[in-house]
Order: sequence, then C-alpha cells, then structure tokens
Amino acid sequence: MNTMEKTLRSPVSQRPHEIKKTDQLTGIGAEVSIELNGIKMKVPIGKTILEICRDNNIHIPTLCYHEDLCIAGNCRLCLVEIEGMRTLQTSCSFPVTSPIKIKTFSDKVRKARKHIVGLMLSEHYGECYSCVRNNNCELQSLAREYGIDNYEFGHICSPRYNVDKSSQAVIRDMDKCILCRRCVRTCIDLQEVGVLEAVNRGYDTKISTFMDKPLADVVCINCGQCINRCPTAALHANDPSDEIWKAIEDPEKHVILQTAPSPRASLGEEFGLPPGHSMTGQLNTAARRMGFDRVFDTNFSADLTIMEEGTELLNRLRKALVEKDTSVRLPQFTSCSPGWIKFIEHFYPEYLDYLSTAKSPQQMFGSVIKTFYADESGIDPANIVNVALMPCAAKKFECNRPEMNSSGFKDIDYGLTTREMAKMIREAGLVLPDLPKSGFDDPFGEASGAGLIFGSTGGVMEAALRTVYELVTGRVVPFKNLNIEVCRGMKGIKEASVKLENCRPEFSFLEGIDLKFIVAHGTANAKVVMDMLKNGELKDYHFVEIMACPGGCIGGGGQPIPTSESIRKLRAKAIYEEEAGLPVRKSHENPHIKYIYEKFLKDGPCGKLSHKLLHTHYVKRGKFIN
Amino acid sequence: MTDKDKKIKTEFIASLVRLYGKDRSSLLPVLQEFQKKFRYIDEYSQQEIADALSIHPVEVNSIISFYAFLYDKPRGKHTIRICKNIVCKFHGNKELSKFMEKKVSEFNKDKSEESKITIEYVNCIGLCDRSPSMLVDEKVYEKINPHNAEAILEELS
Repeated sequence: MNTMEKTLRSPVSQRPHEIKKTDQLTGIGAEVSIELNGIKMKVPIGKTILEICRDNNIHIPTLCYHEDLCIAGNCRLCLVEIEGMRTLQTSCSFPVTSPIKIKTFSDKVRKARKHIVGLMLSEHYGECYSCVRNNNCELQSLAREYGIDNYEFGHICSPRYNVDKSSQAVIRDMDKCILCRRCVRTCIDLQEVGVLEAVNRGYDTKISTFMDKPLADVVCINCGQCINRCPTAALHANDPSDEIWKAIEDPEKHVILQTAPSPRASLGEEFGLPPGHSMTGQLNTAARRMGFDRVFDTNFSADLTIMEEGTELLNRLRKALVEKDTSVRLPQFTSCSPGWIKFIEHFYPEYLDYLSTAKSPQQMFGSVIKTFYADESGIDPANIVNVALMPCAAKKFECNRPEMNSSGFKDIDYGLTTREMAKMIREAGLVLPDLPKSGFDDPFGEASGAGLIFGSTGGVMEAALRTVYELVTGRVVPFKNLNIEVCRGMKGIKEASVKLENCRPEFSFLEGIDLKFIVAHGTANAKVVMDMLKNGELKDYHFVEIMACPGGCIGGGGQPIPTSESIRKLRAKAIYEEEAGLPVRKSHENPHIKYIYEKFLKDGPCGKLSHKLLHTHYVKRGKFIN
Repeated sequence: MTDKDKKIKTEFIASLVRLYGKDRSSLLPVLQEFQKKFRYIDEYSQQEIADALSIHPVEVNSIISFYAFLYDKPRGKHTIRICKNIVCKFHGNKELSKFMEKKVSEFNKDKSEESKITIEYVNCIGLCDRSPSMLVDEKVYEKINPHNAEAILEELS
C-alpha cells in the first residue's frame, strides 16, 4: 500500500483516477497507443472511444448519439470498461488522451447495458406490434441485441401521457419516449427552432413544448427532423394512408399521385437497398398497380416554379434597377420549402416581402391538376384526389393551409411521406426493387433535369440560374455540362455569383451585373442568413435559396430513418446522376411547360392567371404565443 | 394581463438583462430577481426573458421546471416549506403538517389569491438536528410545534 492510499480517508472508489502520461504528447494530432479488447493500436489523441471502435468495426450500441448532433452522453448505452477506472465510461464522450486499456464487451459492460435497456423498457409504454416503428426501432433492436426476454424491472401497463395529435405533421407520443434528447438537440442546435426541451426532474422528466402546449400552438415549423432522429416512435408523422386507400377504392374518385424527386432517390432504402438508388420507374409501376389513376412527376411543377420564380426575380430586378422602385425587396428568397416558410413567418415576420410569392411545386401542381388537367380530361375537379409523395413532414401542414385552394377546391388533398408510401407499397404486397420500370402519365409526363435537382440543396438555385441566365443573355450558363458545381455540396451556406454579359436588348439593364446568390440549408443556417439580412449585409445580393432541412429535401423529415450526412450525400449523388442523363435539363425547354403557357396560362409567367393559381401570400405569425 | 402590466414587466426584464448581461448564463439571476418582484414567472414574461437573452422560451420553461424554487404558476404572498425528511417525520412532522394545513386554510379563507399562504413539502433542508423544521419564505424555523407555529403564522398576517 503506498502512502497516498494510507493517508486518504476516502474509500478507494472515490479517489481520483490517476492519468498515465502519454508516450509522446505533442498536442492534437499526436498519437497514443491504446489497447482495445486486447488489440494494441495507435490512435490520434482526442478521438473518442466510440469513433475508434467504429473505425475498427466494433459495434457499440448507442441511443442518444447521432451523427448530426452534438454529444449528450445521457443514454449510457455506449458504456465501456477502462482498466483502472472505478466506473464504466460513456465511449461517445470519452476522448482518448492517455494510454488506456478498453474492454467493450466485458461481463460488467454487458450487464450494465442490459440493465439500462431493461430500465428503459420498464417505462416504455406499449407493445412493438402496435407501433409505427416496429422493425425500425433502435430500442427494439437493442432489446434483441441484449437478449431481453422478460421485463426485469417491470413494465408500465397504462399510459402516463396523452398523445398530442394537434399538429397536422408531427404526432408526439411521450409514452414511447426514452429521454435521449435527440429531438431536443435537433430542434435547438440543428434547426434552431427551439420547440422541444426536457422539463421537470428525475422520474417526472419529460420532453415538452413551451408550457406543455399542443404542438400546433407553438412555433414548430413541422420540418420533421425530430421524427427522423427519434430512436423510437415517440415522434412520428401524421399518416393519411387510410384515407388514401379509401379514395383509391372509391370508383367515383380520380386519385392522382405526384412524386417528388427526393423520395424516389430514397425509397429503395425502405426495401433494403443501400442509399443512392433511384426508384423512379419502379415507383410508377407500383403506384399504378396499387390503383392510383394517374402518376405525375412533381418535377414538372418544379419547372413551373422555376419559370414563375425566375420571372419574378427578373421583374423585381427590373423594378429596382429601371423604375427605381424602393418598395421592391431584394434579395428574393425561394419559397419551395414549407418548413422554411413557417420558420420565417414565426421568426422573421417583418421580412415576408422578401419571399417569392410563388407556391411550392407541390401546391402549384395541385392547382394545375384541379383546373387545367380537370378541364382537358373532362373530370370534375371535385372528384379528383391529389396525393403528393414528398420527403417532407411540413408538406402535410402546407396542403392544409386555408389559402391553398385557388383552384376552388383543396389543391392538394394529402401529403404522403416516403416512409408512409413504403408502408402502402408493402401493404399492397409489392416488392419495389423487383418491379419493372415505367414512365409518368401525360400530359405532365416529361420534366426537365432542372426540376429533378430541386431535391438537393442548391438545386433550386442551379435550376433557376440555368433558366434566368439563358433568358437574359440567350446563351447557356457558362458552366461545364450545365453543372453549376458551386451550388452543390453539403456546405451550410454557399455563396457565388454569375456575371451577366452581352444581354438581350430587353434585359440591357442587367448588363455587366454580377448576379450574386446564396444557398443555405437547415434553418440554423437560414437564421444566419436572415441575421445577415437584418444587419444589411445582403444589400447587393439578388437571390437566396433556403431549404429547411439539412441537405435539402433529400434529408427531409419524411425520409427513411436513419438519415445522416453520409446517407444524404449518397441520395444527392443519385439525383445528380439521374439528372445528368436526362435529355431536357432546363426548365424553359420542357415541352410540356411550353404547352401549358401556350394553352392555359396564356398571359405568361407571373401573369394574371398564374398569379391567381400559382402564387400565394404569407401569414405574419410571430414567435410570441398567447 | 393588461398592456400596462406587460410594459412594466418588459421594462423590468430589460433592466435585469442590462444588469446581468445579455447572455445565457444570466438566465438564473434574471429569473430569481424577477420572481422576487412578481412572485412567479408568467408565460408572457418567460417569452420576454427568452427574447431578451436570445434563447428559446422552452429553455426558460425547462429551467423553471427544473428548480423547485422557481415557479411558473401564481402563488400566494408567503410560502411555507415543511421538511418531509425522515428525521422530521420522527419528530412530529405529521402533527405539524396537519395543524399547519388547518391553520393555513383558515387563514386563506376570504383572502385574495395574492395574499394567500402556500404550503409545500420539501426534501431535507439540512436541519435534522433541530427537526421538525421548515422554511417560511427565506427564513428558517426549527423545532416547531403547534404552539410556536401559531406565533409564526400570526407574524405572517
């Protein structure tokens, strides 16, 4: 026994852990030799044990850890044993700084993990077979992993909370919550919306909204990112599939499905394919076999959006530069993302004039179908049921907005997420990857690649630039193969500019102007951009694209779970690859777009009829709740 | 709440933020000072505080719900916190609380919401050697029996 142990009155367990000196400590980047499950290895100082284990193909169970979020260390499942330490340590929050010996599956570790899962299950109300996340639940798979065959610590048999079904997009069932706080970190750190936070203490702790108000009454933007991060079914989307099945079975109803590009890039994941496989053709077949009367491509209305938004931008520029109209707001912000729309309505209501008045592609298509298509095909719009397959939870809220009825009917009847579509396909007994490919239906059967890339962050900007540049100068954008690489990639905020030279005579006022634009994704980045606008830093910018979800629509709240940075990149890759092979890659060259402006919207983009059908207005909501 | 009340509260919050700094870490002192003046932190003020400190209202709400001495619901003028620890229970906490509850309900009769007394049971307040003990607002009372409790109550009215 050494002297220190003799003199200290404290029990051994409470004495400080002695940290051994590293072999060559020269700061970050230096290496330290450790022993991981008996294997000696050198690792960089500062790397966490979890990262080291993942690099070495050692599986460590986690619940609160998520690639996109900051480290919390509160689920305690990633515990590992470190030789010489009294207690087990959370590997996710333990950076290696000294030569330690780690055991990731010792008896102590396995027992501790099993107890933790058991304790979580003791307060986890409900049964797996009556749960929307059955078979895709992280708690369920951990229970299997640790061989939970009985409820060691009991099991709660009656619900403690009411299910909050107030929101049109997100349903909160706190009985399923395991308090990992992924949703809290998503809402506060990732999205900076700040709707969810843990309240109370100890056993009474729960995740709550401000003053426990229903989700529909607080500043929730319905982005659904929390759903995508939730390990269980505590947060899930409002599923309209029963109503859709009913409409399909009703012979009176003409049910139309429109599919957005992002779900097509990710739907395969729900059927066991690795991320990055586009399922467009197979999905069309599946939809027809399920009984949808028509399948249209949302990319068509994305092209329409580009025509409207691009024209609106040029109109604004003309007003500001030629007519010196000071009421014109520039830069113009895109309005395709309903989560972003609600974000700006809540947090920056005084800047609503900066938003483009163009509706999102989903809503544009809704009003076109219930007017133009209904006329052309002689179907009573009252019998048309518009279903939109979207990667998005907020689209459910958007289609229920009271002002979205410019066709005289509810423009879009149901917003369906990728996950719910996958569920419906499974219910229909179809195996998506095995289906033959087929095309979209006419008259909106063809869309340009510009519409397709809407799914990824920067896509709207890229599509708009291809059209605007060509409208103004009569030449194609000066980028190789039309790929405007500056718009692509997962950087939070991207800035660039395009010089407009040798303009057509009607756009001579733009001669020599640097068209400056910003692309941002995730509302945390949107907030940065808005604060720049507030501080007057965006005065010489012209166009800003904002998507509420990280990565744009491919990382949307309705996309398959899990979604992470690497998966988003693969989905984006699938979209860009599909796009590169398309014959038409500019919105204004889409023959169906030309047709609709000839036949239906005769006064052109931003004309009277398109204003009535394709444009909307916004509500000043503010962030204060009464 | 009238607009005038709102204005008073907003201005008070602004002065507190000036005093403690516009930072997350000023949240607790701001909440304490605010509660000292207005007895509880209402919904409106929670949002104002959040706005003044550039944080989210739900975070303010979370902090208030975490700390037992911060309130988001109206309470009376005085708060009596009776210790419910095991030592106090041995020394007659049950009789004391029964007596206090009876007396306080008599006291609260015909009183406006604001001048009422609130009774709360709290975990150990660290006075086991002088149990049963209680806190009246911020003052400590020890070795209480129905006899001296009555005197304490009279002091409050």
